[in-house]
Amino acid sequence: MELLLDSLFNGVAIGSVLLVAALGLAIVFGLMGVINLAHGELMMLGAYTTYVTQLIFKLPILKPFYNSYIIVSIFLAFIVSGVVGILLEKTIIRKLYGSPLETLLATWGVSLILQQFVRSVPLAYGTGLVISLLIGLFLPTTFPSKIKESINFKYFKFSSWIFAALTGVMTGGVISSSVSKLSRASARNVDVTAPSWMRGQVEIIGTAFPKTRLMIILITLISVIAITLFLNQSAWGMRIRAVTQNRQMSDCLGISTEKVDIITFGIGSGLAGVAGVAVSLLGSVGPNVGGNYIVGCFMVVVLGGVGNLLGTVLASFGIGIMTDLIGAGRLLSIWPDMPLPLSNTINFFATTSMARVMIFALIVIFLQFKPTGLFPQKGRMVEN
Amino acid sequence: MSFIKIKFDKKIVLSFWIILIALIIAAPTLLPVFRLNLLGRYLSLSIVALGVDLIWGYTGLLSLGQGIFFALGGYCAAMYLQITSSSEFPNNIPEFFALYGVEKLPFFWEPFRSPVFTFLAIWIIPGMVAGLIGFLVFRNRIKGVYFSILTQASLLVFFNFFNGQQKLINGTNGLKTDVTQLFGQMVGSESMQRIFFWITAILVIAAWFFAKWVVKGRFGNILIGIRDDEPRVRFTGYNPVIFKTIIFSIAGGLAGISGALYTVQSGIVSPQFMTVPFSIEMVIWVAVGGRGTLLGAILGAVFINYAKSLVSEALPASWMFIQGGLFILVVTALPEGVLGWIQGDGPRNLLQRFGLKRKIETYPSLEVNNKEGNNE
Repeated sequence: MELLLDSLFNGVAIGSVLLVAALGLAIVFGLMGVINLAHGELMMLGAYTTYVTQLIFKLPILKPFYNSYIIVSIFLAFIVSGVVGILLEKTIIRKLYGSPLETLLATWGVSLILQQFVRSVPLAYGTGLVISLLIGLFLPTTFPSKIKESINFKYFKFSSWIFAALTGVMTGGVISSSVSKLSRASARNVDVTAPSWMRGQVEIIGTAFPKTRLMIILITLISVIAITLFLNQSAWGMRIRAVTQNRQMSDCLGISTEKVDIITFGIGSGLAGVAGVAVSLLGSVGPNVGGNYIVGCFMVVVLGGVGNLLGTVLASFGIGIMTDLIGAGRLLSIWPDMPLPLSNTINFFATTSMARVMIFALIVIFLQFKPTGLFPQKGRMVEN
Repeated sequence: MSFIKIKFDKKIVLSFWIILIALIIAAPTLLPVFRLNLLGRYLSLSIVALGVDLIWGYTGLLSLGQGIFFALGGYCAAMYLQITSSSEFPNNIPEFFALYGVEKLPFFWEPFRSPVFTFLAIWIIPGMVAGLIGFLVFRNRIKGVYFSILTQASLLVFFNFFNGQQKLINGTNGLKTDVTQLFGQMVGSESMQRIFFWITAILVIAAWFFAKWVVKGRFGNILIGIRDDEPRVRFTGYNPVIFKTIIFSIAGGLAGISGALYTVQSGIVSPQFMTVPFSIEMVIWVAVGGRGTLLGAILGAVFINYAKSLVSEALPASWMFIQGGLFILVVTALPEGVLGWIQGDGPRNLLQRFGLKRKIETYPSLEVNNKEGNNE
């Protein structure tokens, strides 16, 4: 019993990281048919945001609130990755609409640039850049409609970008002068230390669970609930679902598909940032941290089927539990006296990397029977 | 996507070939050993680029897993070299086996004692693996981005497998070839490298002609048909699965040859050949050179790799930025690639923009169709 609980918990913990990472990818893929290879790097940005937030909360002014930095960083990571995602959509992905393979290559290019960016730009100035992007993108939308409709709006827009750039440079300068760790570029991995209330373990029914893992499960749970509520209860959620089902028809009925694309991409990227916070709690953070998760996320999306959150949830927990069962060789401890050839096979696959081999092979076999995933989208098109 | 064919005079073509052959023969004397070796490696990479062009440029299948077949070819060649030059080691098996306490050659390496088998295996084994993966995927009508993702996942499967198996293939460390012997000669020696360079150059030309032959005629037309409108090809009575499987396995075989040549010239094969970035790079060589133009694939592979080595020598940090920018630029601004741009409407549009050439009065498509009609 204890063993089973332990195994289940580990599986759910692995699965929940996958889930929160794949959630954003699934929404974007479902809506636009776009595979965003930079998703892992958006996660990486979220993880770095956690690191920066942690260091800023160590400053004397914010020291009393240090313990709550992780909560703040979840929101900040959402915003940072979301803003970068929106910029990505506005500049590149929009141009490539309708050619998913080209988008895939372009986003890979973006991911290379982002990786090198965190290596060779000091994090303080990176923060400044993100802040100026945030102001530049959102300040013009807050202007009163009188200004927005005037002919001179482009000058207002331009001046708001100048203001944004100045603010960004100034914040960058302030941060780099007050936090010495952020003032120099470094390619080395950094570590996020969990606040004291998150260290240690909790005992439930005689089994000890590490608190960070529980926190990750909590983050995942909240993200899934929030995104489900958003998609099913809000007006924009309804528009997003409508565009996912039939883009042309929604466009005809007056839904601004352009806005839907931006919002969806922003939310999807923001969720990647939240996933980054979860990832930063698990181990050290480096420029390549996203690459470890990205293919797993794709597998979740492919396995779960397009445009279906339930499929995504089931697929990620399924993969998580299977990874734990195979990778830790738990089947052997559950059934110790199994026949020799079988136990040899299980031992052969009982490492993390070999478990991955097994899982991917199983997924490919599964797709032989259900090529469009667990919950395929219904439709009458020839191309599905 | 119709390219205007530029017809060259026969004399020009002939003199081009003579210069090319003269350059290949003279290259070892013109270039220092280090540069020659690099050129040889990049030429061998252009063979895998040809394969990518066949499946992506002509058939519209974006495979992100060509590294699998590349590495398989490399492993076949490296294992043969290791086995033939293992006579002084205990049990007559390659040295690394002793580190892990393996005393007998694993059974699947036994046939690699024979050179004939190895030369066949280098292209047949990757081709068969590609055919199998391709058949399983295409049979279910998995295509587009799903196909790309699945090939990437298969790449990771192979990477993890090769990385973890010390006892069978020396795991992460890979197999070294530069200190092994082939026909009594050290593989890493200068004279051997020169021979490998010539072999590579000849094989690149052979592969080019082979690819040209493949895309010519009805087979090639069906491939292009699959790229442009697969359902229509199916409704016309062709089975796209067969054609896609064949072309994917041809590309796999080309990747295997390329991997073997690359391995003997770089001196090592390791699971690093199966990392995700390397396989995506192969695609970008083709994208930059011009997909759907075979020469573009070759030139793209050679020039980008040369640029990479030159830039990395001068400014190591900037290559990632340049490469990332190149991806974005090619995809957004030059979707046909450089050669496709030159053969297409690119130069004319550029001249028009600066007012150097008269604008076309008719619809561009009419103009293009007329030209095509004249050519035939």
